[in-house]
Amino acid sequence: MSEERFDCIIVGAGPAGSAAALTLARAGLEVLVIERGLQAGSKNMTGGRLYAHALQKIIPNFWEEAPVERRVVKETITMITPSGSVSLDYKSQRYNQEPYHSFTVLRAQFDQWLATKAEEAGAVIATGVRVDDLLRDDQGKIIGVIAGEDQMLANVVIAADGVNSLLAQKAGLRGELKDIHVATGVKEVIELPRQVIEDRFQLTGEEGAAQLFVGRCTQGIQGGGFLYTNKNTISIGLVITSGAIGKSKIKIADLIEEFKTHPNIAPLVTGGKVVEYSAHLVPEGGLNMLPALYTDGLLIAGDAAGLVLNTGYMVRGMDLAIYSGIAAAQTVIKAKEKEDYSKTSLSHYQELLKNSFVMKDLETYKNAPAFMEQTTRIFTTYPQLADNILYKLFTVYGTPAQHLLPMVMGELKKNNISIFDLVKDGIKGVRAL
Amino acid sequence: MKKLSIEERLGFNKFNVDDDEAHITINKEICRTCTEKPCLYACPALLYNLNEAGEMTFDYAGCLECGTCRVVCQKQGAIQWNYPRGIFGVQFRYG
Ligand SMILES: Cc1cc2nc3c(=O)[nH]c(=O)nc-3n(C[C@H](O)[C@H](O)[C@H](O)COP(=O)(O)OP(=O)(O)OC[C@H]3O[C@@H](n4cnc5c(N)ncnc54)[C@H](O)[C@@H]3O)c2cc1C
Ligand code: SF4
Ligand code: SF4
Repeated sequence: MSEERFDCIIVGAGPAGSAAALTLARAGLEVLVIERGLQAGSKNMTGGRLYAHALQKIIPNFWEEAPVERRVVKETITMITPSGSVSLDYKSQRYNQEPYHSFTVLRAQFDQWLATKAEEAGAVIATGVRVDDLLRDDQGKIIGVIAGEDQMLANVVIAADGVNSLLAQKAGLRGELKDIHVATGVKEVIELPRQVIEDRFQLTGEEGAAQLFVGRCTQGIQGGGFLYTNKNTISIGLVITSGAIGKSKIKIADLIEEFKTHPNIAPLVTGGKVVEYSAHLVPEGGLNMLPALYTDGLLIAGDAAGLVLNTGYMVRGMDLAIYSGIAAAQTVIKAKEKEDYSKTSLSHYQELLKNSFVMKDLETYKNAPAFMEQTTRIFTTYPQLADNILYKLFTVYGTPAQHLLPMVMGELKKNNISIFDLVKDGIKGVRAL
Repeated sequence: MKKLSIEERLGFNKFNVDDDEAHITINKEICRTCTEKPCLYACPALLYNLNEAGEMTFDYAGCLECGTCRVVCQKQGAIQWNYPRGIFGVQFRYG
C-alpha cells in the first residue's frame, strides 16, 4: 500500500468526476481521479445536449474554449407514425445571445477537455485503471479504493462512476438496478458536410438543432428518439425503458435502423456515413430511484446517484452531474476544514443538493416516470390520432368536407378513446410534466 | 441511408479486446431455465444468441459496456458482469 493519502479520490472522469476534481484542486486539495478508459471520455456517450448553467458556475463562458459542437437554437418535438409525423418547432434568436443556454456535445472530446481543466488546476488523473472495490478500515469506514493489486488511500472517495455504479453497490448504498428504472440508449453518429447539416436543419454558423421523437420510432414501446446536430455529424438514437424491450420481443438494435430509414427521417441523414455505434444506460426512475447519497468516507455523484431527469421532451443528466460533482467537492472541502469525514459531516452534501435545482427539479418531475409508464397511449395512440386528424385537415380529394369537431370526435372513436380518457391523460400529463 | 447489420455497425467502433479475461460471462445452465430471455432483444450489440441446439451463446468481444443485460436478466447468478480491465474494451472516438 502506498503511504500517500489523498484528500479525495474520485472514481470516474465523466462530467461529475471532473467537475468535482476541478473544484477540489482549485481549493488546493490533493485529488486523484481514476478513470478506466484509456482517456477521459473514451467510455462515455450521451444523446447530445449540455445545458450550460452548471458548468458556467465553475468555468464562465466555457464555450469559448470547450470543444462544444453547436449552440442549440431550434427545438423540435415530433410525434411519428408509420406514414407521417407531426412536429412542434420552436426557434428563437434569444438562444443566440450570451450567456448561451445549451450546446450539443460529443463526449469523447468534451470529457477529455474537462478532465484536462482539472489536471491543469492540480488534480492527478490516472486513466486506463479500473477501480475494483472500496477499501475499508476495521470499523468499516471507507478509506480508499482498490484497483487490481493497488490500494490507494483517501479521506473521502467520490463515486462518480456512472449509471452502473458498481461502487455505490459495493458501498451498500444501492441494490441491483431495476429494469424499469433505467433506459437503454443506442446511438449512431453520422458524418455529413457542415453546410449540408446547416441547409437541412435551417441553421447558420454555430447554430444547432435538437429534436425529440415519440411514437413509431420505438414501435410504441415506452421511450423515444432523439436527433442532435453537431458541427459535421448528426447524433441520432433511441432511449427505451430497458424492462420494456425484453417484453416487446423487438430488438433495440433493429429499431434504430428502422428509425433512421423512416421516410420522414431518412432525408435528414441521407448521404451520411455512420462513424460510430454506441449504447449506454440512462437512469430514469427520478426521485424514486435515488439511493442514499453518502456514507462514512464516501459520496456518490451524477448518474451513479441516479441524478437524471427524463420528462419525455427533455433529457437532463449532464448539468445535474456537474452540479452534484461541485456540491460533493464543496462538501469534502468543508469536511477537511473540520477534519471530520464521517457520515454526519458529509450530510452537508444532501443539504447542498436539496437547496439546489437538482433536488428541486427532481421533486417537480417526480411523477413523470410513473405517468409515462402508465400512459402508454402517448407512445401508441396519440401520435396516430394526431397524424389522422392533420391528414384529414389538410387533405382535399373532392369528397364532402367535414367540420373539425365531428371529424376529431370520429377519430377519437375510431381509436377507442373517450373524451374522458383524453381529459384524464391531459390533466395527468400537465401535472406530471 | 440503408440499414446496417450489427456486424457492420460494430465494425465502425474501435475495440481493444482483452483476450485473457472475459468481463462478462453467462451460466448456460441457468439460461436454460429462463423462458423470457430478454437479453436476446435488449442487448444493443446482439451478443446474446441462441444456437441451433437452443442453447444460449454469448461473445463479449463486441460489448458496448452499457449494462443492459445486467439489468434485464431476472435470473440471479446467470450473468457475471463487470467492466473490462482498464484500457480494454470499446473506445468511443465521438461519444
Ligand atoms: C442516450 C443518452 C442520451 C442522453 N441525453 C442527454 C442529454 O441530451 N442531455 C443531458 O444532459 N444528459 C443526457 N444524458 C445523460 C447524461 O449523459 C449523463 O447523465 C451523464 O453523462 C452523467 O455523467 P456522470 O459523470 O455522472 O457519469 P458518466 O459520464 O457515465 O461517467 C462515469 C465515468 O466513470 C468511469 N468509470 C466507471 N466505473 C469505473 C471504475 N470502476 N473504475 C474507473 N472508472 C470507472 C467511466 O469510464 C466514466 O468515464 C443522456 C444519456 C444517454 C445514455
Ligand atoms: S436473461 Fe439472463 S438467464 Fe435469461 S437467457 Fe439471458 S442471460 Fe440467461
Ligand atoms: S453490456 Fe450492453 S453491449 Fe455488453 S453484452 Fe451487456 S447488453 Fe450487450
